[in-house]
Amino acid sequence: MRLEPKPSPTMVETLAYPAGAVLVTVLFASLLVLAAGASPFSVIYLVAKGAAGSQFALVETLTRATPLIFTGLAVAVAFRAKLWNIGAEAQLYIGAVMTIVLGTGALPLPAPILIPLIMIAAMAAGALLLLGPAALKVRFGVDEVVTTLLLNFIVLLFVSLLLEGPLKDPMGLGWPQTKKVIAEAQLPRLIQGKRLHFGFVIALAAAAATWVIMKKTVFGYEMRAVGHNPEAARFAGMPVNRILMKTALLSGGLAALAGFSEVAGLKGNLTLDLSPGYGYTGIVVAMLALLNPLGVVIAAIFVAGIFVGADAMSRAAGVPSYIADVMVATALLTMVVAVMLTRFRVRWR
Amino acid sequence: MMEAFDILLTASFWVAAIRIASPLIFATMGELICERAGVLNLGIEGIMVAGAFAGWVTVYAGGDLWFGVLVAALAGAAFGLLHATLTVPLGLSQHVVGIGITLLATSLTYFTYRIVLPEVTSPPKIEAFQPLPIPVLSDIPVVGPALFAQTPLTYLAFVVVALTAWILYRTPLGLAVRAAGENPAAVEAQGISVAVIRIGAVMAGSALMAIGGAFLTMSAFNSFFFEMINGRGWICIALVVFGSWRPGKALLGAILFAAFDAYQIRLQQLTGGAIPYQIFLMMPYVLSILALILVARRATYPKALMIPYQKGER
Repeated sequence: MRLEPKPSPTMVETLAYPAGAVLVTVLFASLLVLAAGASPFSVIYLVAKGAAGSQFALVETLTRATPLIFTGLAVAVAFRAKLWNIGAEAQLYIGAVMTIVLGTGALPLPAPILIPLIMIAAMAAGALLLLGPAALKVRFGVDEVVTTLLLNFIVLLFVSLLLEGPLKDPMGLGWPQTKKVIAEAQLPRLIQGKRLHFGFVIALAAAAATWVIMKKTVFGYEMRAVGHNPEAARFAGMPVNRILMKTALLSGGLAALAGFSEVAGLKGNLTLDLSPGYGYTGIVVAMLALLNPLGVVIAAIFVAGIFVGADAMSRAAGVPSYIADVMVATALLTMVVAVMLTRFRVRWR
Repeated sequence: MMEAFDILLTASFWVAAIRIASPLIFATMGELICERAGVLNLGIEGIMVAGAFAGWVTVYAGGDLWFGVLVAALAGAAFGLLHATLTVPLGLSQHVVGIGITLLATSLTYFTYRIVLPEVTSPPKIEAFQPLPIPVLSDIPVVGPALFAQTPLTYLAFVVVALTAWILYRTPLGLAVRAAGENPAAVEAQGISVAVIRIGAVMAGSALMAIGGAFLTMSAFNSFFFEMINGRGWICIALVVFGSWRPGKALLGAILFAAFDAYQIRLQQLTGGAIPYQIFLMMPYVLSILALILVARRATYPKALMIPYQKGER
């Protein structure tokens, strides 16, 4: 078996293979649904209805998509430069910690000043957190995959320490949780009485800004060059290490915004279950979006829809909601195959 | 201060250290075999979850303990086959596929768990492997209980290390595996298929990872919990680097690491809450990162690690 590069994939191919990936994912999920003793058709219907079948469902899906847009962007930026940041989960939590530290009354400022200040601080914290593994990579050649993964566990324990120590809410009846952020640090709701908040708008703006950075600036070009071929980039006189460090700052900052937006926009306080793995799901979102920042928005809404829909379906049909995680993981694997097939021809001989 | 030192002299400390090391030894050998053949297997964390569940649920359903180990190994090999299919002939990114396998194996396991046990709040227990003291040898002070009064699965872990080292360095198969990770073109020149060697290595390695997971549910504990692997897979990846891709050194690394882990638990009890327990729990992960930094300068990665190979290409 050999793989031969295709000169230029046709329009049909670029659409058909990803569609095939989605189809395989749905078929596999249907098998699992059958194993769980339910009817695939009614389950698919229930998932779709739960994700987008009503105003409530749509609002819930967009709310769930908000942190995924941030972590998806963080991963897309990093992976584009082949900086394997698997630590978006940790960066998210550090962003949330920063939001609590500054947003619970330490800074008595009006909202238009306080909120941008907290955002910058959160981004700085996330950026610095990824700077460590990036520096270890360029300085000592330590694989950033392992260090960012291990940092996820370290940071979660650190947050647990804070929740039971310095940041513990004295009025929290002993629960490991922080105080709520003050009104000036809260992001407004987009629709009165609904959970969707201004963080979604910030996420869209972040996606647009990331798109501009990646497609229209020298830095974006350098990132892509380093990701495509670091040796060639170095030969062309690009400061590869510095570009990787800058990429790390951007990626870590974006992931931290997910934590900021979840705390300031949705939860109000910080607990250990702030993120059900948004950092890891961000990897899937970025890959489904083919690392395109604008695609991340669509992919995040799609993935969020699967999770929200599966939750609703699980209550109605009794199929475990983990089916959503299985579908998302399957989609990741089938999509990388689909992308490969659009670029290469498989020759059997 | 003396008390902190005395811990190191107790037999129970070393018994715990070897017990904690056992799953790491299996999984580290598994990862080492994959990487020696040129494939980074980031599916390790999820494959350990799947193995932990597969072995435990087999015994829970009435199977024999060793049959449970076999089922776990087969489950691991199946995920290994999927990983290898995507990364070897198709040459897809080993980073992305590995993470994908971890997500898939973990979520499939949790899904299956909920199907098998829909209503339970606390998972049922099984009759796990019991310690099997080896006569005479287990009577040696400290060393005896630590090395010769463990469960059969721990003995198997040491056998696996010896077997891995023997195969890698003393057999033609091992030579082919090592060459596939260093200079695949040379393997192909010998008329051996790099793809077959790599797929086989990833399947065998993944089976060992799964047995490592199964050790937790079938020997160290007797039940399956969510999040029970808790980053052990990632630590094993660090241990492979720390052991410079050599079975003996990796074994030493795993035992050192486990000894440290057993030590921090005892130190935690000794300090009586003066230091937050999270600091102690962080130590294994911090230690792994430090170990990576320590050896990074002179780390000699298999030269073809993470580089897909296509026949006839140079």
